[in-house]
Amino acid sequence: MKILVPVKRVVDYNVKVRVKPDQSGVDIANVKMSMNPFCEIAVEEAVRLKEKGLASEIVAVSAGVAQCQETLRNAMAIGADRGILIESDAELQPLAVAKLLKAVVEREQPRLVILGKQAIDDDANQTGQMLAALLGWGQATFASKVELTADTVTVTREVDGGLETVALKLPAIVTTDLRLNEPRYATLPNIMKAKKKPLDTVKPADLGVDVTPRLTTLKVEEPPKRQGGVKVPDVATLIEKLKNEAKVI
Amino acid sequence: MSCLVIAEHDHATLKAATLNVIAAAAAIGGDIHVLVAGHNASAAAAAAAQVHGVGKVLLADGAAHGHLLPENAAAQVVAVAAAYNHILAPATAYGKGVAPRVAALLDRAQISDIIRVVDADTFVRPIYAGNAYATVKSSDSVKVLTVRGTAFAPAATTGGSAAVENVGAVADSGVASFVSAEITKSERPELTAAKIIVSGGRGLGSGEKYREVLTPLADKLNAALGASRAAVDAGYVANDFQVGQTGKIVAPELYIAVGISGAIQHLAGMKDSKVIVAINKDPDAPIFGVADYGLVADLFEAVPELTAKL
Repeated sequence: MKILVPVKRVVDYNVKVRVKPDQSGVDIANVKMSMNPFCEIAVEEAVRLKEKGLASEIVAVSAGVAQCQETLRNAMAIGADRGILIESDAELQPLAVAKLLKAVVEREQPRLVILGKQAIDDDANQTGQMLAALLGWGQATFASKVELTADTVTVTREVDGGLETVALKLPAIVTTDLRLNEPRYATLPNIMKAKKKPLDTVKPADLGVDVTPRLTTLKVEEPPKRQGGVKVPDVATLIEKLKNEAKVI
Repeated sequence: MSCLVIAEHDHATLKAATLNVIAAAAAIGGDIHVLVAGHNASAAAAAAAQVHGVGKVLLADGAAHGHLLPENAAAQVVAVAAAYNHILAPATAYGKGVAPRVAALLDRAQISDIIRVVDADTFVRPIYAGNAYATVKSSDSVKVLTVRGTAFAPAATTGGSAAVENVGAVADSGVASFVSAEITKSERPELTAAKIIVSGGRGLGSGEKYREVLTPLADKLNAALGASRAAVDAGYVANDFQVGQTGKIVAPELYIAVGISGAIQHLAGMKDSKVIVAINKDPDAPIFGVADYGLVADLFEAVPELTAKL
């Protein structure tokens, strides 16, 4: 069984982004970029399924600038077998990415696509569900456990208030939540090996997809700052303040 | 101009998040219709009809909606979508599952997690874990939106008298089926609806200590229990306790952060709380930068003392 894993290159999760003074966006020049953490969990899950003998090939795919090759090499160092870069300098919004991925799915015919639930830059949480809808497939978002057989995938999902388990007919879409697994560190030999794995590049036009943005960002601002308050010396003072000053208890 | 609100419900009652979405629809303007896609869900539809500002309730009652699967819910929304300029859902696990499917089926962009309506085409939403707010304008004829509940005061549950119109329920998609649910049974208020939240972080050291130290305080205050991502990652509590950009977004009257350092991703989930209390032994912890009242103390002494003196 072939598994497709889309991965996104984003500002590293340890970087505190700064809004540009002209409010045109956040400043990502000279900022460390990494694979989106939820995508890393997706790659790891696919690799574990392959290690269990449940998958035969893992194809990583990324859409964006040429440097997304690094993200794909990273996925291959974790264990993906090959990579596909959909190269574009345009702003790619989730609907456009879902259409690009649909075209790749039609070429590659995977039985399972595992994606991160959201990217930590735009926090959209859309692409997996959109891809599932465009393909007419079932979806299991926010996965914390994935059990794969030849024709179904059974997924435990993190939902409000607890867990829900659903069964999907293959082919299907799964999106990952935090607790699905803990991604391994890529070892140096695997990083070296990943450099030799095949990486194809295509353009959105080759896939016949119009990626024109539907949304325009008018401005990006700093959120209003919350002012810190006072330190209280002891528990008694805290209770007194909460009762008489804040009046919340 | 008219808005369609996708109701989140349990067939018998409306989930609170639906009321926030109705409020967001009111901010856009025009008629507000609510779609209840459920099974034996006339009670939920009747509740929606009472909500202030609702003009009409569409009830799609059928077995396909028995487990609220997103494949069927999205197909149902698309079946009635033609009449609407805006389609709104709560930014909850349910809404996040359904809305992007609707957007893709309609070939329209979605704007996720809106916190403000600027005008009928323009919305503000947080990006980068709440470190920036983007003002986004849509050029699509239909806007599909998910709404951050804490940003819109809920619509009143009474005052409306909308008609309930039955619409044909879609057939089951056949691609997904419900297996089981393990919903945490709790006497406590729900995290996103609680007036007081007691939340714990890595400072508690273990799941046992988390329960031993925080449960009595939460009991005393009739508070919901929450946790930082670090505490969830360390396995102290289940993921549905998580407050933060990748967990729940909360805005209670009182948020008590215990042993939480205050990572950006956590602050993004709770900084709209009315009053924040931080108890942490590290005086330099970033949580003190947003706390109204900070207590630098050993939580294992301070929290039991607080519980005893309340």
